[in-house]
Amino acid sequence: MPEQLLFALEVTLNGLMAGVLYALVALGFVLIFKASGIFNYAQGVMALFAALTLVGIMEGQVPFAHLINAVLGTNVHHLPWHVPALLAIVLTAGVMVLFAWFVEHYILKHLVNQPDIILFMATIGLAYFMEGFGDLMWGADIKTLDVGIPQGGNFWIEEHTQWLGFGNENFYGFFLDSLDLVATVVAALLVTALVLFSQYTKQGRAMRAVADDHQAALSVGISLRFIWVLVWSIAGFVALVAGIMWGAKSGVQFSLSLIALKALPVLMLGGFTSIPGAIVGGLIIGVGEKLFEFLVGPMIGGATENWFAYVLALIFLVFRPQGLFGEKIIERV
Amino acid sequence: MFYREAGDFKTSYRDDTQTFPIKFDRWGFYAVMAIAFLVIPFIVNDYWANAVLVPFLIYAIAALGLNILTGYAGQVSLGTGGFMAVGAYACYKLMTSFPDVSMFVHVIIAGLITAIVGVLFGLPSLRIKGFYLAVATLAAQFFLVWLFNKVPWFYNYSASGQINAPERDIFGIIVTGPNTEAWAKYLFCLIFVTVLALIARNLTRGSTGRKWMAIRDMDIAAEIIGVNPLMAKLSAFAVSSFFVGIAGALFFSVYLGAAEVGEAFGIQKSFLILFMIIIGGLGSIFGAFAGAAFMVLMPVLLKNILVNGLGWQTDLAAHLEFMIVGGLILVFLILEPHGLAQLWRLTKEKLRLWPFPH
Repeated sequence: MPEQLLFALEVTLNGLMAGVLYALVALGFVLIFKASGIFNYAQGVMALFAALTLVGIMEGQVPFAHLINAVLGTNVHHLPWHVPALLAIVLTAGVMVLFAWFVEHYILKHLVNQPDIILFMATIGLAYFMEGFGDLMWGADIKTLDVGIPQGGNFWIEEHTQWLGFGNENFYGFFLDSLDLVATVVAALLVTALVLFSQYTKQGRAMRAVADDHQAALSVGISLRFIWVLVWSIAGFVALVAGIMWGAKSGVQFSLSLIALKALPVLMLGGFTSIPGAIVGGLIIGVGEKLFEFLVGPMIGGATENWFAYVLALIFLVFRPQGLFGEKIIERV
Repeated sequence: MFYREAGDFKTSYRDDTQTFPIKFDRWGFYAVMAIAFLVIPFIVNDYWANAVLVPFLIYAIAALGLNILTGYAGQVSLGTGGFMAVGAYACYKLMTSFPDVSMFVHVIIAGLITAIVGVLFGLPSLRIKGFYLAVATLAAQFFLVWLFNKVPWFYNYSASGQINAPERDIFGIIVTGPNTEAWAKYLFCLIFVTVLALIARNLTRGSTGRKWMAIRDMDIAAEIIGVNPLMAKLSAFAVSSFFVGIAGALFFSVYLGAAEVGEAFGIQKSFLILFMIIIGGLGSIFGAFAGAAFMVLMPVLLKNILVNGLGWQTDLAAHLEFMIVGGLILVFLILEPHGLAQLWRLTKEKLRLWPFPH
């Protein structure tokens, strides 16, 4: 095989892996959008917040240490223990459930029946609030997250794909990050679990009923508010998973919430209401931006990954406003 | 007591449709204008001009622009920062290419160029609606910032990738560059704000504004009663971008003096201006000013209280600022979706009855 093609193939594979990470964030958006019609801009910040909390719990940081020190003049920062990763993940999931309850109780409840765009702006406000809150609680420095996921190039794949080069000495086999492989497996598991949950459990069915029609669901005795808490909790959990993966990959820092912004074009491509759409959209964006950067990037100055996803989604939407898998938008006067 | 329409007789349509129908308001407005033009330029110092007044005036222009697009025409845009960057870079190229032309002309042409770019990115709005459009405008934001970062022509091949405002004057008074007097900066911006606010007010209460509002309230219904959605949406994008472009040009040339695109015109700026119009009041000229004043003053106040007063670190104050801004957005959307402008209207309603509430 010619060298260029092999490199393009490697870029594609890496793009697929990156796409899985985008899809993970996008999944949280879709869940909330389906259940409550809210376009949750804060999903990315939720991932950041979850990752911050996880690191904070694992390291035994004192929450609000900065604030406490400033007000009381003390000098506390760490508790004298470390929490094992698994327990910390469970605790963080608990925090996300608490967060879901707060959101439902103090924000959503009061904004029922407002226009969509107001709700959207409310989630932008929520995102800002959480950003400040997370930083205030755990400090704004860049943290490393290590929950025991292997990282770096995967040698097994590299060795076993070397034959593809057919003696070409510039080709050493595909370079794939182990972390991305783990992320792919986790994402697959997560989606399977979500599908099983929504198809085969009582709460899952209630969730789908709410997604279909709020009022009809209310009339058969489904508690809308409970479902909202449930959905935001699940979205919080998905955000936690995404936060772990992104955090392990590039450190827990503010830019995490910006990477998560990329989930927006993923959604537009896949359609807001479709879980498979989120996955496929994520893969398309991941592959598309990596290939574009590889093929066209060097000609026009590079760093095209910043905008490629958005422009692709924009052009795509002009031809198909509801996305790949979205329901057709029907408007009535 | 003084705030009454009684005794203020209107004998022509002109009187009836004026902006401030109540005499007290009218005189209040004249008084504010007189203070702004005749008093403040003589007492303003560098700190007040740079920390409060000039950013307030410039953000007010940007907020007016976004309010036309989002508040009046109902098209949510998250690309304001990118359009401000277009204005800034257009102004920079003009200033360096034609050094002898007046700054007024440069700024206005920069606004026109931004209007053209705005229309280009507004074209998808004919197909895409609501938050699909909001996300689509993110494409403008990220693409434009990338463009100005990567194409050296835009920053005249300078080594740092920054743009620096050269010294330019109007009738011999320096308005850009490091040697500018505080009052000159202030007056230069004030003139733009006044003229643009008048334009915005008159556009929004005329037939153009009514078309925008019809599109905002329900675009299909508007189309049926004879509003051309193509013209209405694109004109909203054009006018809005014109305002935002002028704000960007002033922000770079008068306020910052030197700018790096990702830092000065990043996505944070888009959100800042969106927050201004939410807190100030969507679809209100006064709201744009109130929101801009609020968002400019709040960080200054917080910094003065927390950092200078209590001796906290600046990053702590910054985090608190994030929380307060986010919290306020939520509070306003829940309690008063029409923002500060609505509070102002309610106050005036109360004042008209005061002190006899019946």
